[in-house]
Amino acid sequence: MKHDRLAPLLAGALRVPEELPALDEAGWDLLLRQAGAANLLATLACLLEERGLLDRIAGPAREQLDWARVLARRHRQGVLWEVRLIRQALAEPGLPLILLKGAAYTVTGLPSAHGRLYSDIDVLVPEERLGETEAALMLAGWAGTHHDAYDQRYYREWMHELPPMRHLRRLSMIDVHHAILPKTAAMRPDPALLRAAAVPVPGMPGLHVLAPVDMVLHSAVHLFSDGEFNNALRDLFDIHRLLCHFGNDRRFWVELLPRARRLELERPLFYALRYGAMFLGTPVPEAVRAEVAGPSPGLLVLMDGLFRRALLPDHASCGDRFSPLARFLLYLRGNWLRMPPLLLARHLFHKAFLSPRKSGPEAA
Amino acid sequence: MITVASLTRAQLGERLAGPGIHLRTGRFTTLLRSPIGGVADGIHLLYGDYPLHEGFADFHLDLVRPATLRRWLRPQVSLLYDGRSMFKPLPLDQAFPMFEWGLNWCVSSRANRYLIVHAAVVEKGGRAAILPAPPGSGKSTLCAALVGRGGWRLLSDELTLLRLDDGMLHPLPRPISLKNASIGVIRDYVPGSVMSRAVTDTVKGTVAHVRAPADSVARAVETALPAWVVFPRFEAGAAITAEPMPRAETFMQLAQNCFNYSLLGAEGFTALVGLVERSQGYRFRYGVLDEALAFFDSLPAVS
Repeated sequence: MKHDRLAPLLAGALRVPEELPALDEAGWDLLLRQAGAANLLATLACLLEERGLLDRIAGPAREQLDWARVLARRHRQGVLWEVRLIRQALAEPGLPLILLKGAAYTVTGLPSAHGRLYSDIDVLVPEERLGETEAALMLAGWAGTHHDAYDQRYYREWMHELPPMRHLRRLSMIDVHHAILPKTAAMRPDPALLRAAAVPVPGMPGLHVLAPVDMVLHSAVHLFSDGEFNNALRDLFDIHRLLCHFGNDRRFWVELLPRARRLELERPLFYALRYGAMFLGTPVPEAVRAEVAGPSPGLLVLMDGLFRRALLPDHASCGDRFSPLARFLLYLRGNWLRMPPLLLARHLFHKAFLSPRKSGPEAA
Repeated sequence: MITVASLTRAQLGERLAGPGIHLRTGRFTTLLRSPIGGVADGIHLLYGDYPLHEGFADFHLDLVRPATLRRWLRPQVSLLYDGRSMFKPLPLDQAFPMFEWGLNWCVSSRANRYLIVHAAVVEKGGRAAILPAPPGSGKSTLCAALVGRGGWRLLSDELTLLRLDDGMLHPLPRPISLKNASIGVIRDYVPGSVMSRAVTDTVKGTVAHVRAPADSVARAVETALPAWVVFPRFEAGAAITAEPMPRAETFMQLAQNCFNYSLLGAEGFTALVGLVERSQGYRFRYGVLDEALAFFDSLPAVS
């Protein structure tokens, strides 16, 4: 595996872990640092473990992977425990609960959960029951985090989620969503469609996760419509593993594109399939690849230039001199997609000049 | 084996400012880079016996001066973990202590194949005494006296590493960190001890680091069997008392001093139970170092 700044060691390692036992010490040194920066160290460890390759990894690198596996094990325990308590808190008032993203992968035991570390649990509830949900969580010890009046308004009027809630004693975080994109965004996937198709989690009564196609589409829209790319490669690898897993079922591929169109999420799906294939070799049936609509050829050249940089780990060994610019432009694009221009200008002005005077670290 | 001492101070400074050194402490290798003179001074003075290793590093640390306007008024030092700043900058004068604290943080927050107790640990005759303690209880002073004059081997002054697979204590011999009055106490009590320049006004007060005995550094792969857990408390002028502790209490107190007890879950619990079953715990009060050393030599063997 040669080292190319725009095709880092880590992407190759996720794509073909079978080649890793041949990596030398200097190679491991770099790979583990890239994986650490991308929040994928435990994922890499679990990937090698699943393939029975851990014993063939050089001593010191193997030990670092072991350290990360301990974290992953504890993380999984912690998430299952928190989910149980959230479920308990919402069960009595009879509130429906759909888990999203990381927590959904963990409770359903999907490959995307193996080694995945995340800091909050995302849930989806009907908008009309948001108040009840918030109250029930508060009774169980979770409290809102953003107390600034502007932030409260930002979340409650414009966003698709409540201000993040943190448990007073255990400090665990929950994001309560009523939709998967902000109310102010141009794309408006109907959350009622997502809720109607949600599937129960076996062995955990009352708990649901999104249907396979919706899970993939949510993951794609989250990655390609947001402005934050800190965990971008991890999120792309999530999609890759979801597609590899669900893609074994032919019906999945038949349903995916029509569903994306119905939910107005064809563009993010296009990017997910394109960059999944480019970085990780995600297998996509030719029929789907040919059908899914992307941007115009000119725009695609630009987006390639941006995403090929922003999807890389934020590490000194990855990317080139255009990477910071790419991240900045995508940050602007992410906000652009979330809000109409005037509102966005107002919001960015407030965040840049007014919020820092009052609060500081808790800015949205 | 090439050691830090094979480099002159000037060569070391150049290496640190350029490609860095792969410094091996116990079983961890740190790629350390820094253009700051105070860091090179500290490494040159205290790490001469440590091997330099090539290739793989567990931790990548840079100590740099942040490029802010402040640097002209109040120069500062930042610790970067693989290029990322993990802590607030400190005054430049604290660069070497910051390296020591940073390396402790690397080990205690990452090395999860060990149960890590915030405790000093010393060994004699293959048996180890663990000295856990909150800051200010005289743990490091006692540790420095035990290894400086008591004939004990230093496993670690800060981080007791309990191997999860076999319950053995793994050494991490590094400089002993002394604070405030302890600096003068050890300078007088252990003649010939090599000590870094005292740095004032840190969050811990005035700190200085004592070089680990060469023999302890040379034996950095030799594990030890836990035998005693001594919770020390220094009280000026106090008569010596050593009150044996029930196992359950020893367990609870040790668990409270662990960095990764809850992270390790059942594995950590089992390891700590094993340690407590093999050891005798004491609540230990001392006022005079000579008496304390005599007590440690009288510790009864535990079967």
